[in-house]
Amino acid sequence: MPMASDDIKAMILEAFPDAIVEIQDLAGDGDHYAAKVVTPAFAGMNRVKQHQAVYAALKGKMGGELHALQLTTGIPE
Amino acid sequence: MNDAVHAKIDTMVTSNDVVLFMKGTPLFPQCGFSSKAVAILEHLGVGFESVDVLQDMDVRQGIKEFSDWPTIPQLYVKGEFIGGSDIMMEMYEAGELGELMAEKKVAPAAS
Repeated sequence: MPMASDDIKAMILEAFPDAIVEIQDLAGDGDHYAAKVVTPAFAGMNRVKQHQAVYAALKGKMGGELHALQLTTGIPE
Repeated sequence: MNDAVHAKIDTMVTSNDVVLFMKGTPLFPQCGFSSKAVAILEHLGVGFESVDVLQDMDVRQGIKEFSDWPTIPQLYVKGEFIGGSDIMMEMYEAGELGELMAEKKVAPAAS
């Protein structure tokens, strides 16, 4: 089951209200997305922890409905 | 999680220097993300053991709980969870994955 990009963005923003979130529909099919999440909340977390935090925000949809989400995370410069 | 599966995964990641849990095999990856992960390791020239999670449903589910990570592929180096394909790509591009392999004294692939 594909997810709308706005829904993905909303879930991430719910967990990280001050994040800059960019979602890109890679294939134009509503099923292959790339997400970039940049937030000061990631300070002090390594890459694995940052990605895990985003997965937690997606409440179990990652690995299920969302198979193809390329994730890039970072802290604002 | 089932203790037997937990123990099995623990043995896999501690008895091999580099282990990639993937869908399919290095020769025939069954998913673009797994294929990308294999390509990165081959570029780095490190020897690695691969586990095809499609052949073992217990491991497929168990590894997600073991690592607290929802997707496959997953890379382990010397028993430590490094990340999935996006993290591998980021680290590879930054030169960090090669450095990590060198630091952990991982042997190059046998030619």
